[in-house]
This record gives sequence, C-alpha cells and structure tokens, in this order.
Amino acid sequence: MGTFVPGTGSEQLLMLHESGYADWDALFADVPAQVRLADGALDLPDGLSEMEAAAAMRALADKNHRFAHIFRGAGAYRHYIPAIVGRVTRKENFLTSYTPYQAEISQGILQSIFEYQSMICELTGMDVSNASVYDGAAATAEAAAMCTERKRNKVYLSQTLPPQVIQTVQTYCFGSNTPVQLVPEKDGVTDLDALKDLLDDTAACVIMAQPNYYGQIEDAAAIGKLAHEAGAKLVMNCNPISLGLLATPAECGADVAVGEGQPLGMPLAWGGPYLGYMAATTAMMRKLPGRIVGETTDNAGNRAFVLTLQAREQHIRREKAKSNVCSNEALCALTAGVYLSAVGPDGLAQIAQRCCDNAHYLASQLEKAGLKLAFSNEFFHEFVTECPDAVAVLDALAEQDILGGLPLDEHRILWCATECNTKEEMDQVAQIAKEVCGQ
Amino acid sequence: MNFPAELKYSKSHEWVRVLSDGTAQIGLTDYAQKELGDLVFVNLPQPEDEIRAGEAFADVESVKAVSDVYAPVNGTVVEVNEELLDAPELINQDPYEAWFVKVEQVEEAETLLSAEEYEAFVAQEANK
Amino acid sequence: MKLILEKGAEGRHVSLLGNSQVPAVQLRAAKRAKAPALPQVSETEISRHYSALARRCHGVNDGFYPLGSCTMKYNPAINEEVAALEGFTGVHPLQPAYTVQGSLEALALMEKKLCAITGMDAFTFQPAAGAHGEFTGLLLIKAYHQARGEAAQRTKIIVPDSAHGTNPASATMAGYTVVNIPSAPDGCVDLEALRAAVGPDTAGLMLTNPNTVGLFDKNILEITRIVHEAGGLAYYDGANLNAVMGIVRPGDMGFDVIHLNLHKTFSTPHGGGGPGAGPVGCKQLLAQFLPGGRPVLQQSGSYDLEADQASIGSVRAFHGNFLVVMKALCYVMMLGRQGIPEAARNAVLNANYMRVKLQDLYQMAYPGTCMHEFVMSLQPLKDQCGVSAMDIAKGLLDHGIHPPTMYFPLIVHEALMVEPTETETKETLDEAVEVLRGLYEKALQDPEYLHACPHNTPIGRPDEVKAARHPLLRWTREENA
Repeated sequence: MGTFVPGTGSEQLLMLHESGYADWDALFADVPAQVRLADGALDLPDGLSEMEAAAAMRALADKNHRFAHIFRGAGAYRHYIPAIVGRVTRKENFLTSYTPYQAEISQGILQSIFEYQSMICELTGMDVSNASVYDGAAATAEAAAMCTERKRNKVYLSQTLPPQVIQTVQTYCFGSNTPVQLVPEKDGVTDLDALKDLLDDTAACVIMAQPNYYGQIEDAAAIGKLAHEAGAKLVMNCNPISLGLLATPAECGADVAVGEGQPLGMPLAWGGPYLGYMAATTAMMRKLPGRIVGETTDNAGNRAFVLTLQAREQHIRREKAKSNVCSNEALCALTAGVYLSAVGPDGLAQIAQRCCDNAHYLASQLEKAGLKLAFSNEFFHEFVTECPDAVAVLDALAEQDILGGLPLDEHRILWCATECNTKEEMDQVAQIAKEVCGQ
Repeated sequence: MNFPAELKYSKSHEWVRVLSDGTAQIGLTDYAQKELGDLVFVNLPQPEDEIRAGEAFADVESVKAVSDVYAPVNGTVVEVNEELLDAPELINQDPYEAWFVKVEQVEEAETLLSAEEYEAFVAQEANK
Repeated sequence: MKLILEKGAEGRHVSLLGNSQVPAVQLRAAKRAKAPALPQVSETEISRHYSALARRCHGVNDGFYPLGSCTMKYNPAINEEVAALEGFTGVHPLQPAYTVQGSLEALALMEKKLCAITGMDAFTFQPAAGAHGEFTGLLLIKAYHQARGEAAQRTKIIVPDSAHGTNPASATMAGYTVVNIPSAPDGCVDLEALRAAVGPDTAGLMLTNPNTVGLFDKNILEITRIVHEAGGLAYYDGANLNAVMGIVRPGDMGFDVIHLNLHKTFSTPHGGGGPGAGPVGCKQLLAQFLPGGRPVLQQSGSYDLEADQASIGSVRAFHGNFLVVMKALCYVMMLGRQGIPEAARNAVLNANYMRVKLQDLYQMAYPGTCMHEFVMSLQPLKDQCGVSAMDIAKGLLDHGIHPPTMYFPLIVHEALMVEPTETETKETLDEAVEVLRGLYEKALQDPEYLHACPHNTPIGRPDEVKAARHPLLRWTREENA
C-alpha cells in the first residue's frame, strides 16, 4: 500500500498517548457509532505501491489515441508550446503554493499574476483584468452576471458562440433566474437585423464570439453599436491568438472581454485545466469577479504586490457577493504569462498570421477536392465545409492517424488549422477528402 | 472625538446637516470612521433614488470589511458626492465635510439625536 | 523586483516558427491598431526572471503549511508524472469516444472510488473548484425541486453563521435567499435554531462536517433528518473531508449532494490558487440532473459519454480539470482501502497532538478533541499586550512556517485556525509548537517586535489600504517609459 503518512506505527501510538488518547476510536468519539465504518469496510481495492500505480495510470493513458495530425479546434486548440513554458511551470514553488494570502512570502505568485493581468490588458486593449477564472465558458457566464442589473437583466447570446459556451451561460442563468435571448445566425455570423429587432429596454448585454464558433470574423463594432444604442453592454469572447492580428475588443467597443486562454501555452489535455481570462473597462472594474492583484508598497517603501479590491468578494460580502469565485487558475495564468513572454508581440502576430494562412490554404485545397465552403464571410483559422458524407471523410482521415475537423451534422465539418500544421499534412487531408468525395 | 453642535445624529452613526433650502446632507460620524478604520471605497446611490430611514442606502469598504450605511431620514437623493469615489480617505480625514448624499423632501428627522445626546450614546457604546 | 515587461529590449525574441510553405493571406477585417506591448526578451531572461519569482514563493515543498481549512498536505511527485503522460495531455476534448477510452475509463474509475468514499451514487467532474462545485450542487437541488413542481415555493437555503463565505455567495448565485442560523455555544449547529428555520420554503441546508471550527457535529443525523422532514435536501461542503474519509461517509450522515476538493483532500497541488477540481457527487435522486456528459459503459464493453435529458446543462466547457482528476486518481489508487482512513486518522492525530501541546498557552476557541484542525483565539493575548492574530501570523513567516488561516471563522475573535495535515513528521510538529510558544512569550516581553514582523521576508508588510484606495492593477508602457 502507498502512504504519505511519515509516522511509523509506534510513533503514531506514542503521539496518540502523549495527546491523552487511549486508542484511535477515542479521537472519533463524536462520530455516531451507527454510521462509523468498520476497519477495512471501505469499499476500495487495496492500495498500490508507487510503481504499481504508475503502471496502472500509464495503462489508462495508453488506451487513449493521440492523433499524429490534428485539424480540430472548436474551442480547444493545439499550438506549439515553447519548451521554456513547461520548464517554468513545473517549478515546485509555483506548483505547491496556496492562494497568495500571505503577501510577504508570495511575491512570486502575486507578481506573476500582475504580469499576466498586464499582458491580458495589452492583448485585449481593456483597462483591467482579473487573475483569471476556470475556463472561457465560465468566464463568459461570469461576464453576463457582471452586466445584469435589477431593471436590465436580459442576456443576449449570439448563436454563433460555441455551443459549450452557450450551454454554460444558460446554466448559470438558470441559477440566477436571468432571462436569456438567443440571437439567430445568418450565413455563419450574427444576424444584425434580428439582433436589432430583439433588443429591448431590459437588455443587459450582448455576448458574441470573435472569431465565432464557425471561425467567421464578426462585425463586432456593428454588434457593439447596436448593443450600446439599446443601453446594453457588449461582451466579446475572443480567441487570444487571433488578437495578434484582429482589432481588439476595446477597439470594437467591448465593455467586457473574455475568452478561453488555453491556446496560450496549455496542452489539449482532454479539456482541462484551461484558463478563463476576463478583462473590462475601468467603469466595470469593481464588478469583475474573482481575485485581482494590485501593486503597492511595503512598510519600507519597496514595490509590493497584494490581492486587492477584496471587498467585492464572497468572504467579505457573503450572500451579497456577485460571484462566489475564490480562486483562479494561477498556474495556468503563469503558463500564459510565460508563453506570451516567449512569443513576444512579433511572435504572436506571426503565429496568428500563420494560423490564418494555413487555414486558408487548407480551405482552398479542400475546395479543389470537391468540398464547398458553407459560409461566405472572412474567417481566421477555422471554417466550415459541406460535403455529401462528412463521417466518411473523417473516418478515412482517422485511418491515416489524422483527426479531421469536427462534424457539425451529416454534411458539415468545422476545420481548424494552426501553425503546427504543415503543407504536406494539409495536402494529404485534401487528397484523402478528394478520394472520398470525388465521384 | 468631534461632535459638531449644528448637526443631528442617528444611533447607526450617521450625521445630518439640514441646509437653508430644506435639503439635507448625510455623512458618517467621526466615531464611525474611527471604528471602521481606513476606508478604501464607497458605494453611493444615484440621484432620484428614494432612501428610507433605517434602511441601507450606501456601503463603505475597508480592506477586509464592508459595512452598510443607513439612512437617518426619508428623502430623495438630489446629489451624490462623487469626490468620495476617487478619494474615500476624505471620510477618515474630515468626516463632517465628507457628505455622501444630499436629499430633499426630508422626513422622519424628528427622532434624531442632538450632538449632546449622541455624544452620550457613543460613550455608552464604548463602555459596552 | 522588475516586471518581465520592464526587462528586455526592442526586437529581442525566442525563435519559434519556421518559414511558411503556404501563400500569405491579407484579411480585409479590421486589424489591431498597434501591437500589444508584450515582453521582448531572450530565453535566458525568461528563465532567470521566473526562477527569481519562484524563490519569492512559499510552497508545501518549502516548509510547514498549517493553513486551516485548506488541507495543505504534501503533493506526491508521482502525481505530476502521471498527469504529464502524453496519452492524457495530447488528446482533444472533442475526439470521438472510441479514441479516448482511457480518459473515459479513468473518470468512471474515479467516480466509483469517490462513491465508495462518500456514499454517493454518481459524480460529475466538471466543476473546477470547491466554489464551482457548491454552485453546481445547488443547481441540482434547484432542478430537483423544479421537477417536483416546488421550485417557486422552496426559495431558501439555510447556512450556519460559521460557514465559508462561498456557501452564502453560491446560494445567491443559484437564485436562493440565504437564511443564516447562529451556531450553538459549542460551535455546532443549534438544533432549535435549525428547527425554527426550516419550513415549506426550505430548499436545503449547506453544511461542513467536521465544521469550520474543527469539530464533528455529533447531532449530524438529527440535523439531516430535520431538513429532510421539511422537504429540503442536505448539501455537504467537502472542504473538511480529510478528517473523516474512510471513517464515516457523508452519504451515511444523510447528505444528498456533496462537493469534494481534490486539491485539498486528494493531494493535488494548489498551483498558487488553481487549477483545482471540485467534483460533485449526489444520491440517485439527483443523478439525472448532473451537468456535462458522463462516461457510461456500453454493452459493447466500451465507454461512451452520455448526458441525461434532465441535466442542468454545463457549468464549463468539456469534462472538467481532467489532469487534476488524474493526479487525484493516482493518489486514491495508492492509498486504497487502508491508506484512506490511515490518512484521516493521522490528520486528526496531528491536529490533536499540536492542540494539546499548545493549549496551556493559547486559548482554544472550543476545548476538547478536535478533528483535523483547531481554532485558537488570540483575544486574551491581544487584551494583555496588544499583539494580534495577524502579528503572530507574521512572526511565523520569519521561521519559514506558513501561518494558519487568520480571522476565520468569523464567530471567533482573533482566530488562528491550524491544520497540520497527516503528511508532516512529529519533528515538524514539535518545531512548530516550539516556534508558536516562543512567539507567545516574545509577544508578552516585546510586543513591538511582533508588530514589526516579518523581518526576514522578501518584503515587509504591504500597504493594503493604498492598494485598495488607488488600484494599480496593471503595468502600462507609457508610465514606465
């Protein structure tokens, strides 16, 4: 059996007696006898040694298939992760510390979060950022809660948001009894006319994705203008890599910018841990949920960082708090900080451009192979095709160890290309698709 | 501790200054600011909001606490002191100049305490 | 210390991309007006910068961390190795089920183990943290009352005044009105107050047991019975499960829904504030409402993800903090039938050992046997010489010990809450006792010294008032140019 209890049996008994207890049962005298588990009654297998557990875990990992070539995104993206990222984030001091309540011995974590907040502000153009939340979908739901007020509480969700984001916001709104209005899509982007008709004086915010679920680039400024004319806020869910190239949420008039930070140095990892980033205008600063780090000085005038604006939070406001978030994904925020330091401003622009170039090349080759592009708008690094039998294409790709795009229905596939994909890979995908689709 | 004679006071430690035009300013007393410690932020109501005696109309934040500020009178907010939003320390520095709101149609002011009565009340509180 | 954004020079970078093999595309869409002012640094600078930051952190690997209610136990090295296996890190969350049988089987296995430990019937792994789990659990309660046509009537969640702030905040997020009930003088639930609070409007009760003062509420069966008889459900906040895992199961105590903190009880590292994992378990009557797709074994012998029609939906994208769950799975596999209760027993032993060695000097808020943690009140010391719980905490920093939780629970004045955990040696506990006793004596002789602590840390006490009055939450290039 494995154990991490250092005390030997005799040491334990010695301590028990020194503490004034005759036996173990005496320690648990307050636990009602009728519900106390008997010795050995816990319904678990016997414990394993480290070597056995490592083998068992490896056996599970080996039952997964890791595709050699990946053309699937839809909310989780494979990017190249610079080696320095893992080197830094594996450091035990970062890994094993708690939330930095004791600032004097937590300056490392606090400063890394302050740097992360600064980089998110730079990336989004927004004024302030929090220390991050669980993931991009949860960040979007928290953003909706930031915007709702007593008289304005309806949340407008564009149907071009990723479905996992829509579902998460709907679930949070089920909790808070917040009405949700879905805004229909037209040719793969938010239907502006429909949005205009739907907006009313109870509108709290309009939430959209950029690029959207289908990879299409939305006219965010136009959506923001409609929202603001109706007295509502604009919440933009942005892919952080795309911000190397595209207009920032601030430039589009967003009041809150959120998104999935996973592309910034985190592995796919079957969905988590990921990183929800959240940034806002100064006017919305005190509505941001979760941890926020601020700069101050210590008693000797040295630069110091602390958790601040805490009176917003649950441990002080309790039932009056707007959010219950009391942690962040600090290690993931650190990861994003190291990633952005490694790629720098030019690197980020190049990665964004390369993703875009590769996706357009893949799209053009697939078109030549006989697939049709489903939408006519500009796209970033994802796009949707139509063909008679999507599953047949994807199955044929899987046989060659290629994870193709995500099937949206019988005919449509949502493809993604990143800087990791080579021309040879894309040519092979197109060739296989042609063999399946070509009559 | 300071208890200006021209003001009226509530037992929840707010002061009221009735102005010549019938409107009234409301703020936190010197005793309250000392008890609360360094204030770092204040949440204020908006003009036209109705406030009701005994109900919270604002809150003040210190680093590790948030406390409600109760309306000493009924009334309608005509002006809020936005200066406090940028400089909450004014409440600590000069509590009787750091008014939170100005209200009109003031009602229920009769039960408020005089400076003398409030000073006695505070002395009693401190001995508890 | 300089920020990484203040280091480097224009044009410095780490080389990453090769040359493009495909034509460049010029998008017509609006571009950003200027590049973000991200760091322009070499890899050497990155490496040294973060090494310097790491030296300014205190982790469990650095020293004793008796932070009450946070269960800062040792984080086994093997956990990190298994979570880094490429079979786990390299799979996409939307891969077809037949290609992620290992992930699905691992979750199903962990669900089975956690059900055995807690007495629940089903789990979801979506919630990313304890607070996230609380919110999820309350939504299950809400969906349950809704399905029975009682949602409009059952609008209140009862929370003891000793609860973590997340409990009332989560209840508000789930659309409930919070009813705070006072604790009895012994720190446990006041049964009379509870009986008076329940009624046809009760949706449920949220409780930790052991509670936040470190005591096992011996009336627990009566408490859950009162709630059930009123038609409410009982929610177990698993923050303190480490004291009783393998000893008694929340399901047997009468709880219907529970969250666990894998980053506390099940040894996964806190990462400076996350990522954690807060899986939610429930009895069968709530299982249909669980969020997200859950692994179900098919007749074919392989697993598939299934979501029930009645599910509340999703509380985040995908399947939760999967890698964190894998670390915890490895831990539970290693401990197994004997190791789980052994850990709990020793967590309780270590706490009582320290309590007994301190109680003649430090006032215990609730005398008598504690569970995995105990609460001291520094009020007598403060009255005597002006030295506060905060001062003693800062004094501990100079000795390389992370302070206990300060000023919680709110019902104890000048509280310090000590949770040593089971992974500390007797020598470490003895040393910590010596240091705490020494600080007490020092406080009586030289209170000024304690007020000025810490003396040996990278920075002294920070000015939190300044930080909150004039928030400086980011670096900007202009200011620093």
